[in-house]
Amino acid sequence: MPQIEVRDVTLVYDTPSGQVPGVRGVNFAMEASEFLCIVGPSGCGKTTLLNILAGFLAPGSGEIRIGGKAVTGQGLDRGIVFQDFAQLFPWRTALGNVAFGLEMKGIPKAEREAIAMEQLRLVKLEKFAQSYPHHLSGGMQQRVAIARALAYNPAVLLMDEPFAALDALTRDEMQRLLAEVWRETRKTVIYVTHNVAEAVFLADRVVVMTPHPGTVKTQVRIGLRRPRDPLSVEFLEYQKELLRHLTEQTATAA
Amino acid sequence: MNAAGSRTQSVRRGAVTLLAAAAVYEVTARSGIFPAALVPTLPAVLQTLWSMLLDGTMLTHAFHTVYRMVCGLALAIVVGLPLGILMARFRAVEQFFLPLVSVFMPIPSLAWVPVFILWFGLGNTTTILVVFYAATFPMVLNAWTGVRSVNPLWLRAAGAMGAEGRDLFWKVIVPGASPFIITGVRQAFLRSFVAVVGAEIIAASAWGLGWVIFDAKEFLNTDVMLASLAVIGCIGFAFERLVFGSLERATILRWGMVRAAKS
Repeated sequence: MPQIEVRDVTLVYDTPSGQVPGVRGVNFAMEASEFLCIVGPSGCGKTTLLNILAGFLAPGSGEIRIGGKAVTGQGLDRGIVFQDFAQLFPWRTALGNVAFGLEMKGIPKAEREAIAMEQLRLVKLEKFAQSYPHHLSGGMQQRVAIARALAYNPAVLLMDEPFAALDALTRDEMQRLLAEVWRETRKTVIYVTHNVAEAVFLADRVVVMTPHPGTVKTQVRIGLRRPRDPLSVEFLEYQKELLRHLTEQTATAA
Repeated sequence: MNAAGSRTQSVRRGAVTLLAAAAVYEVTARSGIFPAALVPTLPAVLQTLWSMLLDGTMLTHAFHTVYRMVCGLALAIVVGLPLGILMARFRAVEQFFLPLVSVFMPIPSLAWVPVFILWFGLGNTTTILVVFYAATFPMVLNAWTGVRSVNPLWLRAAGAMGAEGRDLFWKVIVPGASPFIITGVRQAFLRSFVAVVGAEIIAASAWGLGWVIFDAKEFLNTDVMLASLAVIGCIGFAFERLVFGSLERATILRWGMVRAAKS
């Protein structure tokens, strides 16, 4: 049985100017430990889909099952990383942020700090455990956010364009780090991005979405060995293939 | 420049300003334009202040004033902070209390003094209640605004990590709203200090800085009035700088939720 099943998920937004379709009839399934990227142009509903997966939004129809159980709201089986650096709690140190989920679970202080420290080591920030977020760079803050989402050991990690607001060099570095973290933790990851190269670098499989209404156009399995070389011919071939799917849909939309 | 260095420099700048103001006053006092009894020289004022400090009367006055203010302010925080937070969290509470706040807030607290004297008599109860009245509204408004301005991402992230109820309240909402809450306490303090001195002028008997100023007027003791004003200024300054300054440095400044001015 697949770990995550997204079945015919549809959501329509009610706005003052009428109904705006978010996503329509989205279907896909994932195995445990799979890294799935969702790519699509802005407005294709990929963040909406992630918010439904996270339990922030309830789908109008259809359902999502994680480990066989229907998702009905937020839950500790999912860790979430947002794009905005401001997601960290400014009044808590890096360690305090990472330990938050464990604190909510009622794990004793010494134990949760040990676990949080381990997570910070995983994202190479153990030296900054006592720093407050405003003293960290954007990339470091996102690494703390990743450690925070992993700390309470959720089955699934949901990531909404976590590196989109970083400069290109830092983004490359973060992608390598995330690939490493994923190799070590073997989490099931759903990663939303509009960056095709990022999707080819990270994903086992890429779901391409089209806007108006947001639905799955196609799925591409990335059959490259890891670690991946973004300059290899095969890598660029995959990039081209994804871009082709994306431009086709833009042409149809226009 | 390091923090200690810039602190010394700001103290020095403050001292220069105060000395200049004192010099202007002293020249005016000695010019003979005004009668010496109405505009006493600074040495005369300082001497009065010194003797009132020595015989303990000034400290007793100051103690009464601070006691009344702290009681009223504490009451205002205990009532205003939860009320503001509840107003931001529950629409029913907001809908019930917002009209009351809007109606009562613009009424100057001192306008209530005669009414309170009739209800509660002269003395501490009336003064403390006037302080409470003055300080509650800034507390309510800031807490209300602060909670509504908590970054929704923090709430989402906290919710995703299983925070709810008391944990969500104490560990996310209160610290998230802390820049506003601290500003609220600060404004409440300023309003309560103004109110306590004003209320003492009307409603206190025998003790308090407001009362001593009013009492000294009867005997044309301008030096006593000015000495008391100086003490009021010093107490306000100490609270503002030491209490609220340290509170800010230990919390929202340290967390980067507000920033120190660049230069």
